[in-house]
Amino acid sequence: MIDNLPYIAVALFIGLGIYTLMYKKNLIKIAIGVCLIENGVNLFLITLGYRKGAIAPIYTMAPSGQSMVLPTPQALTLTSIVIGIATTALILSVAMMIYKHYGTLDTDEVRRLRG
Amino acid sequence: MKKIIFAVAFLVFFSFLMVSAINMRTFGEPTVSEMDDYFIENAQKETGANNVVTSIVFDYRGFDTLGEATVLFTAVVGIVALFRGVKK
Amino acid sequence: MNGMSKIVKTVANFVYGFIIIFGFYIIVHGHLTPGGGFQGGAVAASAFALVLISYGSVTSQKFLKKDIFSLFESLGLTLFILLAFSGLGITFFYNFLANSGNWFGNATVIGVNSGDMNTGGLIPLMNIAVGLEVLSALGVIVLIMAKGAEFTKKKENS
Repeated sequence: MIDNLPYIAVALFIGLGIYTLMYKKNLIKIAIGVCLIENGVNLFLITLGYRKGAIAPIYTMAPSGQSMVLPTPQALTLTSIVIGIATTALILSVAMMIYKHYGTLDTDEVRRLRG
Repeated sequence: MKKIIFAVAFLVFFSFLMVSAINMRTFGEPTVSEMDDYFIENAQKETGANNVVTSIVFDYRGFDTLGEATVLFTAVVGIVALFRGVKK
Repeated sequence: MNGMSKIVKTVANFVYGFIIIFGFYIIVHGHLTPGGGFQGGAVAASAFALVLISYGSVTSQKFLKKDIFSLFESLGLTLFILLAFSGLGITFFYNFLANSGNWFGNATVIGVNSGDMNTGGLIPLMNIAVGLEVLSALGVIVLIMAKGAEFTKKKENS
């Protein structure tokens, strides 16, 4: 069980992210929860492509005679990180405009004051 | 009443995550790797770059990079449009 | 937001050029070492965040203008699409400069070697286009959110 430590870390990331989404009321904390779930999924993609005792898939000055790690999950994770940046920037901008309009960041108050 | 349903649902989901993380296959032995073996063998001959990850991102799967650049551009357009009415 | 003390401003003056040059080094050598367009663009955009924090958002808008960043971002994405269409004789996104002897067209030695920069085909040009776009996009995001933070502050004594 101690060999599967990266998968247990991924489960902890996603569990903490969903706990923050369900139980917290401040809008900034909800944005942090979304960011935590995204980072957990990126970590899961990278640890799926590991081979024991292998080196990085680059041929410049590499020590010869060793196998290489799978390069395809790393290429998919690059795209996923950039999409995470776009999502976090947009949710923080919407939080700033809600604070300007309502004067508070509590989701119970924002739902009650319609006008 | 709503709090009890929330707590039970969260505990069921979290235990499902932990049980499936403990029973995953062993860390470090991928099962199928034929496509990646083809990429590692033939990336230097066909594209001429030493970095296999860059040749996958820009040459073998260039369409995904085009989509990602468009997503980043659309996010910036959305943010500029949101803060449009700022006067000094 | 206000600026910080004089020590921070002096260090930011000195370090700002080195961070941008290091970012460009990572972008251009993307086909030989780990890195590429996205990583180098993110490193170079952190120099603009450094200047914004250490000088305050009112002073730093005199030499980091939003219009130039927006122009460079559109230029970067248009250059990337033009490079993708230029190999349309055979297929979309075809690497027609690799192993051909023209511009970036030497043939690499198969196996472990120390890198030759003249190889790679269309990949270094696409790295430069994407790096320019990511640098400008992150700069625009940081500058507009700093200007909007002054707009959304509540008045303290009214």
